Amino acid sequence: MLEIAGRTFRSRLFTGTGKFSSSQVMRDALDASGSEMVTVALRRVDLNDPGDDIMQVLDRQKFFFLPNTSGARNADEAMRLARLARASGGGNWLKLEVTPDPRTLLPDPIETLKATEELVKDNFIVLPYMNADPILALRLQDAGASAVMPLGAPIGTNRGLLTIHQVEIIISQARVPVVVDAGLGAPSHAALAMEIGADAVLVNTAIAVAGDPIGMAQAFAKATEAGRQAYEAGLGQQGDAASASSPEQGLGFLDS
Amino acid sequence: MLTIPSFPELQNIIEAQSADDVQRILQQGCNSIGDLAALLSPAADPFLQKMATRSRDITLQRFGRTMQLYAPIYLSSFCTNRCAYCGFSAENKISRRILSMDEVKKETDILHQRGFNHILLVSGEAPKMLGVEYLEEVALLLRQKFASVSIEVQPLEQDDYARLFKAGITAVAVYQETYDREIYDQVHLAGAKADYDYRLMTADRLAAAGMREVGIGALLGLSDWRQEALALGIHLAWIRKNYWRTALTVSFPRLRPAEGGFAPMTEVTERNLSQMIFALRIFDPDVGLVLSTREEARYRDGMIGLGPTRFSAGSCTAPGGYSQADDSGEQFAVDDTRSLDEVCAIIKKMGLDPVKKDWDSEFQNINI
Amino acid sequence: MNVIINGEKTEIAPETTVEDHLKHLDLNLDTVVVEADGLILKQEEYATLMLKDGMVLELIRFIGGG
Repeated sequence: MLEIAGRTFRSRLFTGTGKFSSSQVMRDALDASGSEMVTVALRRVDLNDPGDDIMQVLDRQKFFFLPNTSGARNADEAMRLARLARASGGGNWLKLEVTPDPRTLLPDPIETLKATEELVKDNFIVLPYMNADPILALRLQDAGASAVMPLGAPIGTNRGLLTIHQVEIIISQARVPVVVDAGLGAPSHAALAMEIGADAVLVNTAIAVAGDPIGMAQAFAKATEAGRQAYEAGLGQQGDAASASSPEQGLGFLDS
Repeated sequence: MLTIPSFPELQNIIEAQSADDVQRILQQGCNSIGDLAALLSPAADPFLQKMATRSRDITLQRFGRTMQLYAPIYLSSFCTNRCAYCGFSAENKISRRILSMDEVKKETDILHQRGFNHILLVSGEAPKMLGVEYLEEVALLLRQKFASVSIEVQPLEQDDYARLFKAGITAVAVYQETYDREIYDQVHLAGAKADYDYRLMTADRLAAAGMREVGIGALLGLSDWRQEALALGIHLAWIRKNYWRTALTVSFPRLRPAEGGFAPMTEVTERNLSQMIFALRIFDPDVGLVLSTREEARYRDGMIGLGPTRFSAGSCTAPGGYSQADDSGEQFAVDDTRSLDEVCAIIKKMGLDPVKKDWDSEFQNINI
Repeated sequence: MNVIINGEKTEIAPETTVEDHLKHLDLNLDTVVVEADGLILKQEEYATLMLKDGMVLELIRFIGGG
């Protein structure tokens, strides 16, 4: 079972709630995914549509809410959103997302580290979204992050685990759970992330924009489980036996 | 908290490994303590040549065609411990010396002239005679002349290490001698060294104090070498996990004749030593592996390029021994007596670049 | 009097509390966060805090997001 900051999860597939065509589709897809933790964003209430309230659609007994700070372009904005999230009864868990470039939505490493340090001091459980930089992952853990969330590929690109080698390094050095987040476009991507040892994956776009979000959610759930099971069963890694161009150096010099 | 399993437990892990495991690991990589155990097991012996090749390839990739050179300087042979295996044991009647600052300067000038830029300060454990103040003074004296100054002395407190780092010490080696608690108690008869746990956690204090490099090792010949090597792997992995900024080295001092007439309690052949070195290299591609002049020239030359990354040369293990060629007060007998130039020549002949300077005290960022 | 709500100037009758206005907007008190002049309000304060001329209110809630 996966444990993050003292909380256990049976499902290693976390899901986002954005980009769905309707609340009903969202709810049905999330149910189908088996996910126990969903991300939500904070925005101004749409005064023309007061009834559009995600909190009415999702059962908080079933889904643990992980507010994100999407929209924040720097640490200050992220911290403001964090406090708003906490004030709205969102709990003190936070997916820290600081994305100053609206085109790529790539996370700012400096602002993310800064915000993590401040928010941890302010008693938040911080799960920072980050580029797959192993040193940054270590610095975030040193700062008290409860998990690290390296991206597979930029948000919404569905390009899969482009960062696989960096993520492997992150996993090998991690002292906290590693959740691969963003860019996972197909169930096979999620399976691969789990096979290399990730503790969980977070998927949003690929499910939300699929032709059949419910079917896709189920597929992701199965892939995540399969990947994890393969990892626990002891996957053979790809052969790394480099063959040097020079001949073997013999051991004839040994005295025994 | 670091816990080293008992040696019977480690033995079980090693004995559970098979030739199939070894083959799989050589093909696919060494990714766990269990895998390391396989490489250290008797089942790996038939694969020694393959391990050598793998170790060579990894070392080449990570370290290039280089071998770093250093020289030890013995500052003092005074010691309050009674370690059954050591020439400096308080029980032994040898002439004891501690170098004055002038004598330190004289000895190190000789090394400097010979071409060394990395030196290792060694001493017995006698805090009243040789403590942090003395070491700090030596460090400040030497950092102008040498690229890096390391120490191998008694375990100190974290504050002491922070102070020494500021004074210019880059690396510290503290060998557990044996990770086998039972044997540890048997051979460490008296003195501060009798505290196994304090010694074990030295790496933690060192790394926390900001030391750039930490050296660990076991004195081979006390307890079973396979378990010692496995314990070393566990120790290494723990330090890496908890102190990711710290560089690490492992040394392989193998028991040799000493004044006290101590005979090794277990056999550790050159073949065994090679298996340890190859296994640890495959387990940890980045760790520095140190072979000192305790080993014979023939053996050291054969191992060039196969895993070790650091050699000492022209060593003398008695305080003041460079100025006056008298080895009556030595800690252990040196087997490779060649000079630095001779060792560099053979390293070059083997196609590697002997590196005499790999750092600069300017990088230490000291404001003194 | 005028209050800025979510960036828009809005006319408010005097003696209106935050709670009054939220109800007027058909908003669920439990799921809306209110920031008044940069300070996050506690839910208990909705019923007691009176809106003032020139006040800047941000009404925020959770929405779908990744």
